[in-house]
Amino acid sequence: MRQIAFYGKGGIGKSTTSQNTLAAMAEQGQRIMIVGCDPKADSTRLMLHSKAQTSVLQLAAELGAVEDVELDQVLQVGYRGVKCVESGGPEPGVGCAGRGIITAINFLEEEGAYEDLDIVSYDVLGDVVCGGFAMPIREGKAQEIYIVVSGEMMAMYAANNIARGVLKYAHSGGVRLGGLICNSRNTDREVELIEALAEKLNTQMIHFVPRDNVVQHAELRRMTVNEYAPESQQAKEYSALAEKITNNTNLTIPTPITMDELEELLIQFGILDSDDKYQEALAADGKAVATV
Amino acid sequence: MTQLDDNNIPAPCSSGDGLEIKDHFELFHTEPYQDLFEYKRQFEGAHSAEAVAEAAEWTKSWEYREKNFAREALTINPAKACQPLGALFVAAGFEDTLPYSHGSQGCVAYFRSHLTRNYKEPFQAVSSSMTEDAAVFGGLNNLKQGLENAHSLYQPKMIALCTTCMAEVIGDDLGAFITTSKQEAHIPEDLPVPYAHTPSFVGSHITGYDGMLKSIVTTLGKGKKTDTTNGKFNFNLGFDPYIGNTRELKRILSLFGIDYTILSDNSDAFDSPNTGEFKMYNGLTTLEDAGDSVNAEGSFFFQKYSTPKTQDLFAKEYQQPTYNFRPFGIKGTDEFLMNLSSITGKPIPKELQEERGRAVDAITDSQAWLHGKRVALYGDPDHVITLVNFLLEVGAEPVHIVVTNSNDQFEAELREILTASPYGQEATVWGKKDLWHLRSLMFTEPVDLLIGNSYGKYLWRDTGVAFVRIGYPIFDRHHMHRYATLGYNGAINLLNWIVNTILEELDRKTIVPSKTDISFDLVR
Repeated sequence: MRQIAFYGKGGIGKSTTSQNTLAAMAEQGQRIMIVGCDPKADSTRLMLHSKAQTSVLQLAAELGAVEDVELDQVLQVGYRGVKCVESGGPEPGVGCAGRGIITAINFLEEEGAYEDLDIVSYDVLGDVVCGGFAMPIREGKAQEIYIVVSGEMMAMYAANNIARGVLKYAHSGGVRLGGLICNSRNTDREVELIEALAEKLNTQMIHFVPRDNVVQHAELRRMTVNEYAPESQQAKEYSALAEKITNNTNLTIPTPITMDELEELLIQFGILDSDDKYQEALAADGKAVATV
Repeated sequence: MTQLDDNNIPAPCSSGDGLEIKDHFELFHTEPYQDLFEYKRQFEGAHSAEAVAEAAEWTKSWEYREKNFAREALTINPAKACQPLGALFVAAGFEDTLPYSHGSQGCVAYFRSHLTRNYKEPFQAVSSSMTEDAAVFGGLNNLKQGLENAHSLYQPKMIALCTTCMAEVIGDDLGAFITTSKQEAHIPEDLPVPYAHTPSFVGSHITGYDGMLKSIVTTLGKGKKTDTTNGKFNFNLGFDPYIGNTRELKRILSLFGIDYTILSDNSDAFDSPNTGEFKMYNGLTTLEDAGDSVNAEGSFFFQKYSTPKTQDLFAKEYQQPTYNFRPFGIKGTDEFLMNLSSITGKPIPKELQEERGRAVDAITDSQAWLHGKRVALYGDPDHVITLVNFLLEVGAEPVHIVVTNSNDQFEAELREILTASPYGQEATVWGKKDLWHLRSLMFTEPVDLLIGNSYGKYLWRDTGVAFVRIGYPIFDRHHMHRYATLGYNGAINLLNWIVNTILEELDRKTIVPSKTDISFDLVR
């Protein structure tokens, strides 16, 4: 059984990319479980054709204790037999979502949810901000991390941060970076930029997923592209990505870069301006500001 | 109100010309203190004695009981302890093993004092001493330094690591931390460091016991599994506070001539002889034996619900037959000995057969005083089953059974036991309830006897029901833990504690001259 995890900046398209890719993997005959690690509980929406009705933590809160939850109350079977679980978590602004992920994953392990599977996929929210969000990459859990990224600065910043998280656990736990998935935003020189970032992080850009409105059309119908428009070019892109992940042997220990290096890279690709240009622009506005 | 001048309060040691130091039992009953207490009432917004008495009386009613059982968000005196307590307890039974709690100072101080108060024995355990910065940045640095310090100062052969709530909430990954500590040479690569995640906001001390034992066996047994068995049997007593039980079991096994490994023999850790020389480690299960336990012929677990994961490990991973027997009382001991005999092919020693005869004889002597007595009891799941079996055996009737750290499987087993006995028909099982619930039960449906740990003394005080201390912790009586409750000899001890408490209570009730003393009998 392989355990993989999708990380990336919030809103980058992790859930969409992972579900579309996993739908293609399921078509190729793999037995899959998706573990949504996001309090919003929307990592399995396209598979279930609706938002998951019950998350582990929501039910635990209702019943009083996680020990009272039964696996079949929270495990639903979606499109192509893919098993779907949502960890759930607290409302924004209260409690501890990280602890929620730990609790939910421990629950799944104890209840034997990991039996008879080829792939377990974790869909993890945003940055690795605390120990709980690193739960899927701990020893014995996800061995391969895929970072969904685009040519936007903050997405790359998040990708680099996630690489730092992976590195923390790489030597002790054996987790590896499987590659960057570029979910295109049609920014300038996006492919080259992400390939350059991948090289700096000692990994690969495993696939470039072009932007296509069919994804939004499918999402509107709560379906994966694979289900909604199986003959479309976009469905083929996801199948290609699925194939690449299935056959991926390029698993590395990442080499995250410093903030300065990242900025240099962005300047090189014209996304950020150099300090000189910054001063020039300010001077043109007549508001010279000294660099701090 | 009496007006008091500060100078009226005598310093405890200044009475008269001597240096008489009054004990607090007496000191606070002296007039100045009594006056002071009375004076303070005006600042405390205290209710009148009548109002308090009225409210106290109301808490004894059915109406209050219903309100009490409708409680949702409050627990009062739960009959359970934290997960790490069980983890440290089991770790203490292994050779030269240092129990280590990854968390703040206060946690480990609590576990140590809890054990010390029960056993009147020092208990050594260390902590990561986590503070605010560790809560923010993670406990890795604390753990690295803690392991290094603990290892160089105390030179253990094994460090058994458990977590605390704080480390769990921030998501510290012990597996990765230990590997990192070894890679960075804070501790030797070959030092066994089993670990268990023991958040106290789930489960109880028996969950922590199980998690730690499983990790210890997994760690020490790594790479030790052979194709042949070692001819030995493993025995585990679970979270059993009676060190007398471990010793009694060893005596029984020696009489049989069975080669055994006790998985966590902590009998000396909690009862080390005072030879005038300090010995840090007193765990009796050697690391070698513990590692080799994976090759045993089979494993016996006396507490089914304290060791589910460890049993699973032995059954699935090490392919051993695992047995659940509860060798307590006559029937329980019979079943254990007969099965032990058929599993090992060794006859039941004559000595044990004689002991059985004595225990049966003793029970017959006291049976008339126990028959039909209504009993309330509480404790851990297996402990409660053990006591219920014994009570049914002597014709006493369990009525209220409270188990805070309950589970469905246990409750089903207990109900089956109760249904099968004519003396169990009145019994009700109260899973996940606490001692304040039990208080209401005892007031509304009175019983003759209460059995439980020291916390039962408050119920004894309020309800006046005779109280036998059996369980953990027992803080307010000495030496109870030295006795065995296991086997036929243990059955005599249980009988002794129970029947003599009932007889003492009878004396108390018949003590008023020329009123009740017509039954103040010399012979009972």
